[in-house]
Amino acid sequence: MFGLVPVLTAGSFGSVPTMLAVSAQPLAHLRPLDIAVVAIYFGVVLWIGFYLKGQSNTGEDFFLAGREMTAWIAGLSFVSANLGSLELMGWAGAAYQYGILATHWYWIGAIPAMLFLGLMMMPFYYVSKTHSVPGYLKLRFGEHARIVAALSFATEMILMSGVNMFAMAVVMKVVLGWNITFSILVSSVAVAVYVGLGGLRSAIFNEVLQFVLIWGGALLVPILGLVQAGGWDGLKAKILNNLRSDSYFHLWRDTGSFAANPMGVHWTGIVFGLGFVISFGYWTTDFLVVQRVLAAHNLRAARMAPIIGSFFKMAVPFIVILPGLLGLVLLQNPDGSRRVLVGENVVAACTMNGQQDTVTSPQACSTAMANTRLPEAYQQKVLSGAPDASLHSYNEALPLMMVRYLGPGLLGLGITALIAGFMSGMAGNVSAFSTVWTYDIYRPLINKKASDSHYVLVGRLSILIGVAVSIGAAYLVMHARGIMDYVQALFSIFIAPLLAVILFGMFWKRATALAGFLALLCGIVFSATLFVWVKLNPAALATVALSPDAKPMAENVFRALWAFLFSSVIVVLVSLLTRPRPVAELGGLVYGATTLPAEEPVPFYKTEWMWAGVAIAIFVALNILFW
Amino acid sequence: MHGSRIAIWFFIGVLLVVYGAMILGYGLYEVATGYYPPGVQLTNLHTPIWWGGLLAALGVFYVLKFRPGRTHK
Repeated sequence: MFGLVPVLTAGSFGSVPTMLAVSAQPLAHLRPLDIAVVAIYFGVVLWIGFYLKGQSNTGEDFFLAGREMTAWIAGLSFVSANLGSLELMGWAGAAYQYGILATHWYWIGAIPAMLFLGLMMMPFYYVSKTHSVPGYLKLRFGEHARIVAALSFATEMILMSGVNMFAMAVVMKVVLGWNITFSILVSSVAVAVYVGLGGLRSAIFNEVLQFVLIWGGALLVPILGLVQAGGWDGLKAKILNNLRSDSYFHLWRDTGSFAANPMGVHWTGIVFGLGFVISFGYWTTDFLVVQRVLAAHNLRAARMAPIIGSFFKMAVPFIVILPGLLGLVLLQNPDGSRRVLVGENVVAACTMNGQQDTVTSPQACSTAMANTRLPEAYQQKVLSGAPDASLHSYNEALPLMMVRYLGPGLLGLGITALIAGFMSGMAGNVSAFSTVWTYDIYRPLINKKASDSHYVLVGRLSILIGVAVSIGAAYLVMHARGIMDYVQALFSIFIAPLLAVILFGMFWKRATALAGFLALLCGIVFSATLFVWVKLNPAALATVALSPDAKPMAENVFRALWAFLFSSVIVVLVSLLTRPRPVAELGGLVYGATTLPAEEPVPFYKTEWMWAGVAIAIFVALNILFW
Repeated sequence: MHGSRIAIWFFIGVLLVVYGAMILGYGLYEVATGYYPPGVQLTNLHTPIWWGGLLAALGVFYVLKFRPGRTHK
């Protein structure tokens, strides 16, 4: 759901809870037509769940959607599982702060990895007939590696689901003024019903539905924004005029040093940390997304799905990054002046005292605002408690743009898109959790010889239990908000070692079971140690990210890079010291030891290699265009 | 996905038809009454009419193409 974790740990939404304390007035007011639009969405979601109930009776049906999805459905679901609302809002806010540098997380941070998954890795996942990524580890490296991966993944999924649930409730509170418990209960019950009834098939159907809704609800914002800004050239002229910087329009030009760009990243970190380790780790080994592709109806569809998804992924910045850039120059205060958004910390420091209509801590507020672009006169208005001088955070850029352009009905559609994004994210978490729990924890450790129907029942129950635990995690985060940072970091801690182990497992016949297990375990410990080190001693960031100018965004990419290298060294060293499995046992698991099943010949314009080439060409052209 | 089952595209089509009709209807109401919600920009473009119409048209296409009982390749 959270996709590439820097969105969160970099503070974009890492401080979601602070929004709760400071937003006195909701951003939007839904009219009856908007509420009808939202209610109809819930009705259709439940309709799909009940309709699919009768088609989810076997394990293959329930956990892998019967392996009958077309390449298009698997591909859209693959992208959609990552296209959550926090991602949309967080990256729109990041674009407001950093300009199109944020687009790296959609292009180099996704496209090469998606294509690599489709062309090079999918054959092994698919041909091995595994139910899950930990299941592949079992086949390649044995039970110990599977258990470490499964326990880590199941814990991460369920906690992330809780964080996701809480974050959704906070956003609904901030945007619409909805009660937190109401949002948590309604969304979790809906997810439990439709995934519990229809399994992965239901989750995939709803993800495709969500994908259409997101485009239907969010596409108008950049279209209307561009009309008002005078097109792309008009937008650039306005940003240059207001902000006196053209860094907002360059992907690579200013990444030669940490200090030259507002994100505080270096191109080496973007290319090797983000473009390789984090991106490949997420898109090729995170079971949440890989599960969608495993549901494809044949190997060609499984290979085409991520390639189809890559085209849509390249287009997402149009509805995410562009609204953030447009918000820089188009958002206005009630008095008509340009609205300047600020960090969550500034909004939190300027909390209003509800009874006296004054800022609770003027000194802290003044200090926080001093480091922003807020005009001096506006800062004084905030400090004096003027009713028309509210502060809004970067993360509110997208909903503010929606409120600006979307009237009744259309606003409901936009809000429905956000809710759909949250719910499909939760559904992705619990459906992936259910599969890993049932096949990689329950079956090997608790009950090895039960019937298929028994495992389906366990899967359904695990969804209910998973949702219940997620609700508990949501309330835990609400009452101990510091936990959120740690939960969100689980992804980045786990994914880099897993990538190293799976890559060596798939492409090096010499890699041994003990090497895979130790590299995974030690890599997780190493990555967690780096995270805790920087948490306890923020000055350590300069060491981890190799520069005193590095910012938190850089920490994530470099921590992932070091963890990957650490695990890789362990895989190689231990493999060279231990006895490898005979090549004959590696069929279907390792490159060079596998004969792929023959597929029906198709014209060249239908092959995965042709479309991957087109995707690469567009990807390169976009990077040159926005260099 | 195939055979007699209802395709996801049919569900999407139904939802788009309903949403499109609601939004288009509201857009026509705006034009007929001359009342536009305060604070919303570019109301002169009558966005609900063309966007609602587009959603509805797309929805009708999917409903017809993927209606239950129709054979798909």
